Amino acid sequence: MTRPEVVVTGLGATTPLGGDVASTWDAMLAGRSGVTPLTQEWAAQLPVRIAAQLMVDPGDVLDRVKLRRLDRSEATALIAAHQAWADAGLAESGLDLERLAVSVGSGIGGAQTLLAQDDILEASGPRRVSPHTVPMLMPNGPAAWVGLELGAKAGVHCVASACATGAEAISLGLDIIRSGRADVVVAGGTEAVIHPLPIAGFASMRAMSTRNEEPERASRPWDKGRDGFVLGEGAAVVILERADHAAARGARIYARLAGAGITSDGYDIVQPHPQGAGFVRAVQKALDDAGVSGADIVHVNAHATSTPVGDMAEVSGLRLVLGDHPVLTATKSMTGHLLGAAGALESIATILAIHEGVVPPTINLDDPEDGLLDVVTNKPRHMEIPAALNNSFGFGGHNVALIFTRHS
Amino acid sequence: MSSREEITAGLAEILEEVAGVNPDDVAEEKNFTEDLDVDSLSMVEVVVAAEEKFGVKIPDDEVQNLKTVGDAVSFIVKSS
Repeated sequence: MTRPEVVVTGLGATTPLGGDVASTWDAMLAGRSGVTPLTQEWAAQLPVRIAAQLMVDPGDVLDRVKLRRLDRSEATALIAAHQAWADAGLAESGLDLERLAVSVGSGIGGAQTLLAQDDILEASGPRRVSPHTVPMLMPNGPAAWVGLELGAKAGVHCVASACATGAEAISLGLDIIRSGRADVVVAGGTEAVIHPLPIAGFASMRAMSTRNEEPERASRPWDKGRDGFVLGEGAAVVILERADHAAARGARIYARLAGAGITSDGYDIVQPHPQGAGFVRAVQKALDDAGVSGADIVHVNAHATSTPVGDMAEVSGLRLVLGDHPVLTATKSMTGHLLGAAGALESIATILAIHEGVVPPTINLDDPEDGLLDVVTNKPRHMEIPAALNNSFGFGGHNVALIFTRHS
Repeated sequence: MSSREEITAGLAEILEEVAGVNPDDVAEEKNFTEDLDVDSLSMVEVVVAAEEKFGVKIPDDEVQNLKTVGDAVSFIVKSS
């Protein structure tokens, strides 16, 4: 039996750069930063007072009553999923819903709900705790809501692998279609934890940028002056579809999801392996799975979060496994780090780079590290991209590599 | 003490806030679940909000008896 091919037929996102994919992509190509000051009162006491906040608030998109029962991470997931669903033209396709699955993960889950309801419990007692608390804070909530609203009946899944979540959720979607359990999978990630506790926690790890006076310049992957990541929020979702299913309904195909590689470091709970051994193996597995060679990968949307340690370890690993030729970009320089949504948003950037033949720039790379590969800076670069790689790594030692190829 | 009309109007405000029910649809004979589409979790919110608004206590084992808006109005009148 030949393995079914999987293609991408729909994209959806709500991000710090825009309320949909088109506006997000335009902002990426224009090299705009989505990082802004945190003007909320609670931010004044924090060492980190910047974040990449949603450009369009979910309250401007979803009904007020519905929002009462959605954590912010669920609201963003629903917005992105509905966009992707509409973009794929599946609503009117007559798809058998027993052949539709969902794989939408979150790195942290409904933390804002948990913390807000804990405040209510402390202030007003247990009877005032919302009856919607549990479905709002459960990590599978975003996936479950997407499944509910689209009517998916082939299984609803929630991957949690920290900052690799979005990519791993897409990888699971690939597995689901290949194994014959569904024809279409709504796959991606969501995150909404711009709240003092998660910020204080990441800041205590000394993982975040404290360039509070220059928000737009704070996320600067591979720049010698980088001092940590900038927290972002949002959701990104792709529609994965069996290629023959997409062809039969005449769907527009953005790219092919050719392969995935997943490994774990087995090294440290938060520190990346210094030589990137685990991620190099993930890329090698993805190459093998996709049936392409390192030489075929002409573009990489890197994980590159703007932390001192991680950024260059990734470059060394890429040099080892792919060679010196790939053209890199780090879109986190503009979007900040969307944690559990990052891998999905960067997959969308990779897919559009292939589809449109243009790589968005990395901003703020004023003083590049020595030994860097060819990075697109300042302006987008137009180029033919037959195959591209998207990397994602997460606390816990998770490594996920996705390879997308041009659909011919 | 509030009149039945005033309590009905107060419940209509709560139902609009919690469950998006059109206040024009709220009347004593309306069933919360079947007519107004208030699900069980939203009903919990309605009860807690009504306790606060009308200064009454509505025990959990009483809630199942409150099928219609009129049932709730009667309970609030009796309890206040």
